[in-house]
Amino acid sequence: MTSVGTRPVRPAPRAGGTPRAGRGRALLARLDVKASPYAFVAPFFVVFLVFGGYPLVYTLWVSLHDWGLASGTRKWAGFGNYGYLFGDEQFWHALENTVGIFLLSTVPQMLLALLLANTLNRRMRAATVFRIGVVAPLITSMAAVAIVFGQLFDTDYGFVNWLLQSHIDWHTGRAWSWTAIAVMVDWRWTGYNALIFLASMQAIPKDLYEAAAIDGASRIRQFWQITVPLLRPTILFTLIISTIGGLQMFTEPVLFGSGTSNKMDGGATHQFQTLTMYMYDNAFGHDRYGYGAAIAWALFLLIIVFSLLNFLFVRRAGGTR
Amino acid sequence: MTIPAPLARPARGTARKLHGLWEASPLTYLTLLVALVLSVAPIYWMVVVATRTNDVVANVPPPVLPGGHLGSNVNRLFDNQDAYFAKGLLNSFVVSSCVTVSTVFFASLAGFAFAKLRFRGRNALLLTIVATMMIPVQMGIIPLYMIMVKLGWQNHLQAVVVPFLVTGFGVFMMRQYAAQAVPDELVEAARVDGCTTFGVYWRVVLPALRPAAGVLGLFTFMQTWNDFMWPLAVLNPENPTVQLSINNLANGHFDDYTLMFAGTTIAVLPLLLVFVVFGRQIIGGIMEGAIKA
Repeated sequence: MTSVGTRPVRPAPRAGGTPRAGRGRALLARLDVKASPYAFVAPFFVVFLVFGGYPLVYTLWVSLHDWGLASGTRKWAGFGNYGYLFGDEQFWHALENTVGIFLLSTVPQMLLALLLANTLNRRMRAATVFRIGVVAPLITSMAAVAIVFGQLFDTDYGFVNWLLQSHIDWHTGRAWSWTAIAVMVDWRWTGYNALIFLASMQAIPKDLYEAAAIDGASRIRQFWQITVPLLRPTILFTLIISTIGGLQMFTEPVLFGSGTSNKMDGGATHQFQTLTMYMYDNAFGHDRYGYGAAIAWALFLLIIVFSLLNFLFVRRAGGTR
Repeated sequence: MTIPAPLARPARGTARKLHGLWEASPLTYLTLLVALVLSVAPIYWMVVVATRTNDVVANVPPPVLPGGHLGSNVNRLFDNQDAYFAKGLLNSFVVSSCVTVSTVFFASLAGFAFAKLRFRGRNALLLTIVATMMIPVQMGIIPLYMIMVKLGWQNHLQAVVVPFLVTGFGVFMMRQYAAQAVPDELVEAARVDGCTTFGVYWRVVLPALRPAAGVLGLFTFMQTWNDFMWPLAVLNPENPTVQLSINNLANGHFDDYTLMFAGTTIAVLPLLLVFVVFGRQIIGGIMEGAIKA
């Protein structure tokens, strides 16, 4: 900040050059001021247009064709792929799986994260240790998680069945496999979401709770009537992020299906095949890029619909209680 | 709130309730301890299996302590013909480092421009960036693959680097930080001293952005290191990232648990070290709302 004081002194030597050189430099300086901002933000827009925006639009174009890269086919199909989609039982089956796993993972995850955040939101010893501990799962890759949990959910030797003293076939049953995959997802993300909620909780003025306590409101009532309503924007943000990620679920179910002939099948009866897996399998597995692109657009629509539902749900839930 | 504990104790009713409002109870610690154990146990179990022999999975009850076979399992891992594990590790280091350095550089450069420079269309462009953050990347994977085929980039590392050189999220995060961490006077002063706009960024702004740049870098590295779907689509099994090496193992050796768990352990290890060293910063980054999944 001290250099502000040198303002009148410093530029003086520069003005001492020949008038022409001075003008040239001034021109360059003006160009620098005018053009630099655009040059600085340009890399993002170039990368996004080429590798983000263009592919998105092009997906629509591809979806209107029968398009094979290996076979070299490229035939206009109009809305044929979409028509086929509506009658395709496996598509609807994968849609059910996707929504089922999504609901089974997101609902408990949000509730657990809220409770965990509420528990972390106290004066305590070793607060940092607990916070670091609960987000530790975030560093593991989804591939690693799927492999470790695949073993934990093994029918004969899995830790989970040993703990429950049961003999559940987690890989074969539809509801069981959804549950196992939902557990993986929640294990990885609950702590992370709890920290986001915790940050918002810490911003709530404490005298609100004091006033409620004087009025005789119990802890549980305070939680539902003060904490949750005031966290609405954060809950909505977290829900939408979880929706975008959850409906595109891919890695966990793919590796959960290790040991089957085609991992993109999501089990022998496609019991845990998600939409993204079905899209991937059509395009990269069966050279049906046009149909894969149609599935991608259906998935995009699904994400938009669910994001809007989240919005309505969160508005309703916190409104008039 | 400042009632000393010994005084509060005899006073039942309101005063005590108020005092106890934000104190952790034994139940709090118990709950958190359970959460901590549940969070860490699978990672610990992964390490335990990686240090033992394959009969471990049939043991009842399961063993609690690591064994002495980590060395032999890791040897088997690197000798494995299907996994290309050493190559996968090296590729992942190269790819993640390139993406991280580039993202931090371009995102802080653009973030600085949006926060501190005046130019026409600034707000509209920033809004566009925020909008792009809502678009799921996997949506465009099919045309993206077609682009790579056209460019002849399939099976080459640039295919998993170039599309991720800078992200909208990174730009937005750096913009938010620069707006409050870099005083306008500092930028002005550097200009008066004869810095070009890039000089201002390099000498004054970038040093001031270091904390946020660090968090962005950490998370970019983690995300790139752990990415699975796009590398699976565009790279072949012989030139994998480390996650694809794990996938290679899962294809043919899914019942060889100690081999697979040795693979996942080695693949998680670099991030585990980063996490142990920078845990506090990562927590800070998440809690400032800076981090998106």
